Amino acid sequence: MSKLLEISDLSIHFDNNEPVVDGLSIDINRGETLALVGESGSGKSVSALSILRLLDERHAHYPSGQIHFQGEDMLKGSDKRLRQIRGHRIGMIFQEPMTSLNPLHTVEKQVSETLALHKGLRGPQARERCIELLELVGIPSPETRLSSYPHQLSGGQKQRVMIAMALANEPELLIADEPTTALDVTVQRQVLELLRNLQQELGMAILLITHDLSIVHRYADRVAVMERGKLVELAPKEQLFTAPEHPYTQRLLDAEPPASPLSLDRSDQPLLEVDNLDVRFATKKSLFGRTVRYFHAVRETSFTLARGETLGIVGESGSGKTTIGHALLKLTGATGSIRLDGVELAHLDQKQFRPYRSRVQIVFQDPFGSLSPRMSVAEIVREGLEIHAPASPGNQDRKVIQALLDVGLDPDARHRYPHEFSGGQRQRIAIARALVLQPEVIILDEPTSALDRTVQKQVINLLRDIQARYQLSYIFISHDLSVVRSLSHKLLVLQHGKVVEYGNATDIFHSPQQGYTQELLSAALFYQKPTTN
Amino acid sequence: MASLSPIQKRRLRNFRNNRRGFWSLWLFLALFGLSLVAELIANDAPLMVSYQGDLYFPVVESVPEETFGGFLPSEADYRDPFIAEEIRANGWMLWPPIRFSYDTINYDLDVPSPAPPSAENWLGTDDQGRDVAARVIYGFRISVLFGLTLTIASCIVGVAVGAIQGFYGGKIDLLGQRFIEIWSGLPVLYLLIILSSIVQPNFWWLLGIMLLFSWMGLVDVVRAEFLRARNFEYVRAARALGLGNRKIMFRHILPNAMVATLTFMPFILTGAITGLTSLDFLGFGLPSGSPSLGELIAQGKANLHAPWLGISAFVSLSVMLTLLVFVGEAVRDAFDPRKN
Repeated sequence: MSKLLEISDLSIHFDNNEPVVDGLSIDINRGETLALVGESGSGKSVSALSILRLLDERHAHYPSGQIHFQGEDMLKGSDKRLRQIRGHRIGMIFQEPMTSLNPLHTVEKQVSETLALHKGLRGPQARERCIELLELVGIPSPETRLSSYPHQLSGGQKQRVMIAMALANEPELLIADEPTTALDVTVQRQVLELLRNLQQELGMAILLITHDLSIVHRYADRVAVMERGKLVELAPKEQLFTAPEHPYTQRLLDAEPPASPLSLDRSDQPLLEVDNLDVRFATKKSLFGRTVRYFHAVRETSFTLARGETLGIVGESGSGKTTIGHALLKLTGATGSIRLDGVELAHLDQKQFRPYRSRVQIVFQDPFGSLSPRMSVAEIVREGLEIHAPASPGNQDRKVIQALLDVGLDPDARHRYPHEFSGGQRQRIAIARALVLQPEVIILDEPTSALDRTVQKQVINLLRDIQARYQLSYIFISHDLSVVRSLSHKLLVLQHGKVVEYGNATDIFHSPQQGYTQELLSAALFYQKPTTN
Repeated sequence: MASLSPIQKRRLRNFRNNRRGFWSLWLFLALFGLSLVAELIANDAPLMVSYQGDLYFPVVESVPEETFGGFLPSEADYRDPFIAEEIRANGWMLWPPIRFSYDTINYDLDVPSPAPPSAENWLGTDDQGRDVAARVIYGFRISVLFGLTLTIASCIVGVAVGAIQGFYGGKIDLLGQRFIEIWSGLPVLYLLIILSSIVQPNFWWLLGIMLLFSWMGLVDVVRAEFLRARNFEYVRAARALGLGNRKIMFRHILPNAMVATLTFMPFILTGAITGLTSLDFLGFGLPSGSPSLGELIAQGKANLHAPWLGISAFVSLSVMLTLLVFVGEAVRDAFDPRKN
């Protein structure tokens, strides 16, 4: 059987830097799904883009290698020949559905563009084919959707339109570059199921690029693992998951967070009690400043949190989970009651609330955005101390060093700027900033979702260690259920700002009561390392 | 505390790495330092006089003519041949390198003024017989002082207004922007002309009037930076730490806006200097008789047959402005955290 795509000894480097991809050799058979797995910076997206020669060739060079697509070397192909292949015989789906559709064009125009280009279909014929394609990717009432603009579609629908565009000419190979990373879990599942069904229907091969092993486990036939530009292992799925050969693959498989939280002796005395929390944003104001229309972000949410306990808040994007975190810290206005150690905080203004801030801290999602780029690590970590514990600078310095040690960072690094650190290290700095104030509650707003799998595990282990050492309470906000499971004792499931289910985490994970929770859990695609040893 | 933190050391290193800017700074500081003591370089009074065994320092003290055997109780004119002869007979005089102040008229010219450069008047004289070299030195000083004061003042006002508009947004921003639109529509030059017919503009008047309009340059940049940064996660993180508005503005957002400000600063400085120069050139600037590069250019234009006037003014202006721009570039490099 001839290979559909054969990449041999491919090396890519940008300008005169180190090679980004180094001696990569993979092949794809007709009709199969090859997953290309690796952490960020491992060169998987660059390899995928090079198949269609989509890299900026003013900077990218190919010192060695061939990319044979049905016997034709893509690296030697002329621009004209490449344009005939792109979108016609090889389709591509990109990661970010928000930015990969042109916001000024209707769905019909976007989809029919490639039809006109490669098949010469125009007018009613093209329209017919568009409708057919949208039906194929499962967009309801496609006739009415043809004239929609991208901003009128949801994230999942946009990704479906992207898929429709990629499939328009029935390509033999579909390159899907992290097709679901930007989507919610339930939508992610729908999109992946759709891709699998279409694959069977059309008999195309899929090159699936992802960092998510649970997706690989479910949808791939063979898996190629890349580390720093090199292929470390290429094996059929079963073999790779049961008997990984390369240490890096083993580490990657091991990086799955632990399945249950630390069992701590928790006190029953609630530390934080939240009653009927309600957050509304004005979306439209009248001429005289009176609010006419609201967006109800959080509705009547109540929960309690004991010392040393973790409350996981899960929900899809837009469900209001981040807003709850902000409301607890008075970063956004809210009504309802918030009691910390029995003291009512809800009616306090910013100034009155300030003394309590040291007791409730927050760690944000984006480790690149949450650290002031123009302050050194020491300045960042020390800042809170200056407000809450204005003591001698020597004493502050000692506390800063202790906090950095607590999060596993070298204290000598404190005079450097955040941009010199990796994502995981930055998140540690952010945790140190919260920790230095010796808070009782830390709100963790998606602290791991911007991190690679192996780094994610390190951060989770760190959080567990700190919790055990300092008897901290966490409010853990995340959309990633496998991470939530490894930390949370209690779980709060949110949908559209409303609590769907609230209770003991193990109970909910084992026997969810509500339909939405069941759907969420079944879509989360837990991949568990076979517990053979 | 003289020791620098590693960050400040790194900024200093970045600044030094820009060789051009580094040397420009030293050159500019040397020139500026020299011009600050212009009285010791170019003066119509000697630095030191020894007369009948007594020492006098005419630069810093006023010595009446009577002291040196003259008749008048007013200050001695040391360029007067009679006084000079009298002192030389009974002691000695130590003159500065240039024996003219900016307003000293050389009555001993062999040629009609403007006189070409000579051993006595290094850059020649202007059409009133005043030494050009002395006027350039004093003019440089007044230009730089004016420029610096105006720049600092307009930076303070501009950054403050931009910060408040950007940070609070909403109505404050809306009203502020509309005000700036109207205010920047006012014709500055006509206003200056009208004002100069009411008051005799001096250094501070000009500074005030120009400040009224020059502060707007920075508002837009700073405002945009604040609007962008106020929703940053690290600003939110700072709020969660309990920082007040003022501290957040100063410590977290302002450093971001500072790069834009510092990048603009040399331009504001050069703009202020050229602004003053052009007003002087048009005759609406500093009171007549004060040393000014603009007035020198105007003389150069009126006396095309005396190229030393125009050339002197041109060279001193362009050297000053070029040095400032180079320094500004180096400062911007120093504050860039992405430069290692």
